Amino acid sequence: MTLLAVRDLDAFYGDFQALFAVSLDVVEGELLAVIGANGAGKTTFLRAIAGVLPVAQQAVRFRGRAVGGRPAYELAAAGIALVPEGRRIFPSLSVEENLLIGAYRERPGSWTVARVYELFPSLAARRRQPGTNLSGGEQQMLAIGRGLMANPILLLVDEISLGLAPLVVRQLYEVLRVVTAEGTTTLVVEQDLSQVLQVAQRVYCFRKGTVSLTGRPRELGRAEIAAAYFGV
Amino acid sequence: MRPVVRLATAGVLALAVLGSVPAWSDAAVMRILVEFIALLVLAQMWNLLAGYAGLVSIGQQAFVGLGGYGLIVLADDLGVNPFLAVPLAGLVATLFALPTAALVFRFRAGYFAVGTWAVAEVYRLLVANTPALGRGTGRTLAAVFPLARESRELITYLLALAIGAAALVAVYAYLRSRLGLALMALRDSEAASETLGVDVFRTKLTVYLVAAFGTGVTGALLYLNLLRISPDAAFSINWTAYVIFIVVIGGLGSLEGPILGTVVFFLLREWLSDYGAWYLILLGSVAVLVMLVCPQGLWGLMAERWGLSVFPLQRRVQLTEGLTQARSGCLLRRDRPGPRRP
Amino acid sequence: MAWVDTVVQGILLGGLYALFATGLSLIFGVMRLVNLAHGDFSILAAFLAVVAVQVAGLNPLAALVVVVPLMAGLGWLLQCAALNRLLGRGLLPAVLVTFGLSIIIQNALLETFSADSHGLNPGGIETASVRLAVVTVGWFPLLTLATAVLVLLALQLFIGRTALGRAFRATSDDRETAELMGIDHRRLYALAMALSLGIVAVAGVFLGIRTTFTFASGPDRLLFAFEAVIIGGLGSLWGTLVGGVILGVAQTVGAKFSPGWGVLTGHLVFLAVLLLRPQGLFAPSRRVG
Repeated sequence: MTLLAVRDLDAFYGDFQALFAVSLDVVEGELLAVIGANGAGKTTFLRAIAGVLPVAQQAVRFRGRAVGGRPAYELAAAGIALVPEGRRIFPSLSVEENLLIGAYRERPGSWTVARVYELFPSLAARRRQPGTNLSGGEQQMLAIGRGLMANPILLLVDEISLGLAPLVVRQLYEVLRVVTAEGTTTLVVEQDLSQVLQVAQRVYCFRKGTVSLTGRPRELGRAEIAAAYFGV
Repeated sequence: MRPVVRLATAGVLALAVLGSVPAWSDAAVMRILVEFIALLVLAQMWNLLAGYAGLVSIGQQAFVGLGGYGLIVLADDLGVNPFLAVPLAGLVATLFALPTAALVFRFRAGYFAVGTWAVAEVYRLLVANTPALGRGTGRTLAAVFPLARESRELITYLLALAIGAAALVAVYAYLRSRLGLALMALRDSEAASETLGVDVFRTKLTVYLVAAFGTGVTGALLYLNLLRISPDAAFSINWTAYVIFIVVIGGLGSLEGPILGTVVFFLLREWLSDYGAWYLILLGSVAVLVMLVCPQGLWGLMAERWGLSVFPLQRRVQLTEGLTQARSGCLLRRDRPGPRRP
Repeated sequence: MAWVDTVVQGILLGGLYALFATGLSLIFGVMRLVNLAHGDFSILAAFLAVVAVQVAGLNPLAALVVVVPLMAGLGWLLQCAALNRLLGRGLLPAVLVTFGLSIIIQNALLETFSADSHGLNPGGIETASVRLAVVTVGWFPLLTLATAVLVLLALQLFIGRTALGRAFRATSDDRETAELMGIDHRRLYALAMALSLGIVAVAGVFLGIRTTFTFASGPDRLLFAFEAVIIGGLGSLWGTLVGGVILGVAQTVGAKFSPGWGVLTGHLVFLAVLLLRPQGLFAPSRRVG
């Protein structure tokens, strides 16, 4: 079943066009990767889906309903959670409060603070500390945990590998794989290909604001991906 | 004819017409015109601060009062020629602007406005508690009494014309210069202009001092016209209120806006003079509505609709014969257009 | 003992200033907005209480039951109808609009109630006094200080312990990311403004009981509230109380020297703090303004 259907999506920053007629499907239950070089439009794409950027209403359909252009807080209540680029942990909130704020809309589901602590034990140890006191890896865990607390139907994750050691990144991707297996459809945006293609079931490649390639990672050759990624 | 030359010619003509007013009109008209010019200059100064430098001050009345009292002290206590004392009072205001800036520049954005007002209040209270300055009752400008009334009114009027013209020319010239370009870059993005080498602090301080000077001179002019000064009147927030309304309704960030705004202000004042406080309620409501619905003000609306520009300040990039050159204003390339690339 | 008495009076006055300052500090913390009509709204509330007393014969303190919700509702309306439209346009429009509102309110009050002084009489409590050790203090100033402390406590609990309070903090930190959590900042801001005006309504009524007021009393309230916030330090609720107390003491001590110097002394202390410790006395870590 198609959870998210994107058709001919254009997106602008003022007069500058960042996305050109992007079309993409997210299948329920899958872990989908969106890859591309810096500036290819991946983050813009996530922001457009999550309601941060205004787009045409029919360009984005979530569970059959046209939701393009709806504000982010509405889409969050509807079940789309975005783990933003750069983590964006709230400095005035403790670790636990950061998790609690993720559940602001009180969507029904199985994710609780206790369950997030099971997933990320190091967060439990620091529950009362200010959210920004954590290391980069722990902040990323917190950001993912915060996203999960919203009990989302679709989890959007933007560039979790930035600034983190490969070992940490591998652990995070393992967590995402588990989360998806338990029922949360996940879309991951990533610049660094080394790890994401091992966990993703399907991949879309972006280049200069459009989709340049799609398929299953196992079925695509390195050269083919490189060509779509860099445009050579 | 180049727009600048057109503008200069129009300006000289306007000046000539206004200069002839004493010949065919009476003292009441001249007094109103002096007040008009004073408010216009105050508005231009406030516009320079807020519309261009992004410094929203609600404490400029401090410099109106300092200029006014400066005039009294210079003319009555120090024996300076009262008409000469007007520009000198501006310098007095600027002198006080330095420690004022040292204080209020510690506030960022939101609290800067209230900070400027707090300082203005301090000046008011200090003056109101100083016996030599007449305390709460104030003082009268005595130095002009030897002069015949007609002569005084005539010279005051001509002085006002000179100040008004000088202010407009100075502001326009400044904005067209490199310094003005830095200012407009600052208005658009402080962070960006800083990376390009614009000294944000120095630029803002300079504008603040210039505005203080202009406001101080105007304060002196106002009380040369009124002859009687008191702290509650001279340091009243009403000066700022009038100016804000003028600039908002006329249009922020342009030279033409304040001119239009002052005209509207005076017209409204004439029509509503019998309605007491309703006049200010209406003025306030219009200003609020304008900010909510049409923030570019009357002039902004007109300029957009009909492409008008009396004081051209935009710089256009024109590509000629493969060369890229930046020219000031909408002049020069009119009669020798080069090939335009999209 | 006259000096001790003066200082105590100043401390109690500080309670009133803290009440004025709390609302101002709240909305600046949440939405970086300075409401230049803040003081005028408090005077509006005082006049509403005057009407309630005249029309319904209520005791002014009882009139709070009507005035506070009314003012809170006005705050909600103000934010939704006007101030929310100015979001994303920088600070200039908000400054100008609230300044315009200040002028409108003052002149509307002038037209409606004339330039006469008005007062609120709660039937004796304002002159009753109690003896505390070496000084005699009025019941009412004591009540005012107690109210200020209670309001601050309640606010602190609200901000620190409730989901809505968390939402306030998150929105103040990072509005865009807060929106990703499902937080509609427009409604949050409306709530903050409602709270702010509700609190300042209490301050206005208490002021009206303590002293007489006119249509033009608003701006000074704003100034004192502002000074209390700056002295105490931005971002610190309890700092606001301390700031208010310091300001109150400065004013009463200054007035003891010479009646005309009361308010001025307060201003000078404010400027001194600004010069020597611009972040205020209790600021956590934020910049000024």
